[in-house]
Amino acid sequence: MDLTLKVWRQKNRESAGAMVTYPVKGISPDMSFLEMLDVLNEDLLRSGQDPIAFDHDCREGICGMCSLYINGRPHGPERGTTTCQLHMRHFNDGDTITIEPWRAAAFPVHKDLVVDRSAFDRIQQAGGYVSINTGGVPDANAIPIPKTIADKAFDAATCIGCGACVAACKNASAMLFVSAKVSQMAMLPQGKVEAKTRVENMVSQMDVEGFGACSNTGACAVECPVGISLENIAIMNREYLSAKATSENIA
Amino acid sequence: MNWFTKTFSSTIGRKIIMSITGLFLCSFLVVHLIGNLQLFKDDGGAAFNIYSHFMGTNPVIRTMEFVLLAGFVFHIWDAIALTRRNKAARPVGYANSHPEQNSNWSSRNMGLLGTVILVFLIIHLYNFFIPTKTGELGPVMIDGMEYDNLYVKVVEAFQNPLYVALYVISMIALAFHLIHGFQSAFQSLGLTHKKYTPFIQKFGVAFSVLVCLGFAIMPLYFFFFL
Repeated sequence: MDLTLKVWRQKNRESAGAMVTYPVKGISPDMSFLEMLDVLNEDLLRSGQDPIAFDHDCREGICGMCSLYINGRPHGPERGTTTCQLHMRHFNDGDTITIEPWRAAAFPVHKDLVVDRSAFDRIQQAGGYVSINTGGVPDANAIPIPKTIADKAFDAATCIGCGACVAACKNASAMLFVSAKVSQMAMLPQGKVEAKTRVENMVSQMDVEGFGACSNTGACAVECPVGISLENIAIMNREYLSAKATSENIA
Repeated sequence: MNWFTKTFSSTIGRKIIMSITGLFLCSFLVVHLIGNLQLFKDDGGAAFNIYSHFMGTNPVIRTMEFVLLAGFVFHIWDAIALTRRNKAARPVGYANSHPEQNSNWSSRNMGLLGTVILVFLIIHLYNFFIPTKTGELGPVMIDGMEYDNLYVKVVEAFQNPLYVALYVISMIALAFHLIHGFQSAFQSLGLTHKKYTPFIQKFGVAFSVLVCLGFAIMPLYFFFFL
């Protein structure tokens, strides 16, 4: 396959960036999207140019490190896949593909296609954990949890924190990410203990980071590579409202 | 800021205000529509004039007018605050973006639809609300009592094709605003449930279409049949 790539190039945080066009030749349809970029980078290195910086790690769709806004969609056109799992067979010979970084004030572009997603880390640090000692693995059924609740909590816990929800949202809102982290723990007994403080602090940090509000367009859930449901946002809204109304945190 | 103002200036808090005021404004639409159905009564406008006299003088209604005004003010104020925040959340946009592949047009353009509705609302108040307060309406005798003849004002206004077009287009905008807004309000309030959400979504669409159709028929009726 021969392709034309239009890639966002930006030297560092301070400098202005621009879309740069690169032709790539001889791409196998069996390559992943990142392998295709590896091929281009090798060509760039051989000709003495700066390779395109992009995030990647496990390359099997579980770490949440890869990103890329491909042809106007986060993680490209396929549903339920990360960029590393997107194969070139989903494109046609002669296609022009635009590749941009996630765009959000809270995700500043670090270099080329790499954005700084540490805003997510700070939201997690604000309460996305259980601070009591929960001990070792409990005996099965020692803590009764209905199957439906266990399933919902597990589904929320599959969030890999890639940031596609923010990239897809017209408001660059992080509601889907934050709600997955909030509801996952709010549903389980170990997490319920700190549920009120958790949701208050995580939402507060989300706002401090400069993410937008939720317009309920549903774009985030459509683009989420692991299928986090919009129901989590409703759960978080519920948790937030009841926490604000009943917690004893008056600050 | 104390906990209360902090809550309602957070992104979720503002959406909660949008939802509550939005649903309240929906309830106003129902009352307004039912009242306006008096226009279709074939009595030369008597029923409508009695109704409008009641709305203009009843103390409960007059008090609710201020609550309604507050509903609009909070809805619009928070819409502006949220839009500003949302725009600031993405200072650099995408060169190539395809939001139509993952979301509805109306869900992405609530601010635009809302602005159309606001412009309509101002013209609508100028057409019919202001004249009832300035005493410029002619008198009409109904059962030996004198009433302001708002009915004639309505009939006159809807002889103007520009007003008819404006009213119909605005109702289409309102319908799309409500189709997204109605079910979105329940989601923002966290009121989702496997049993009720599918009903809320269907009801929201039916509500939006029927209410807006009801309002849109009025100018068309007066333009084409009177």
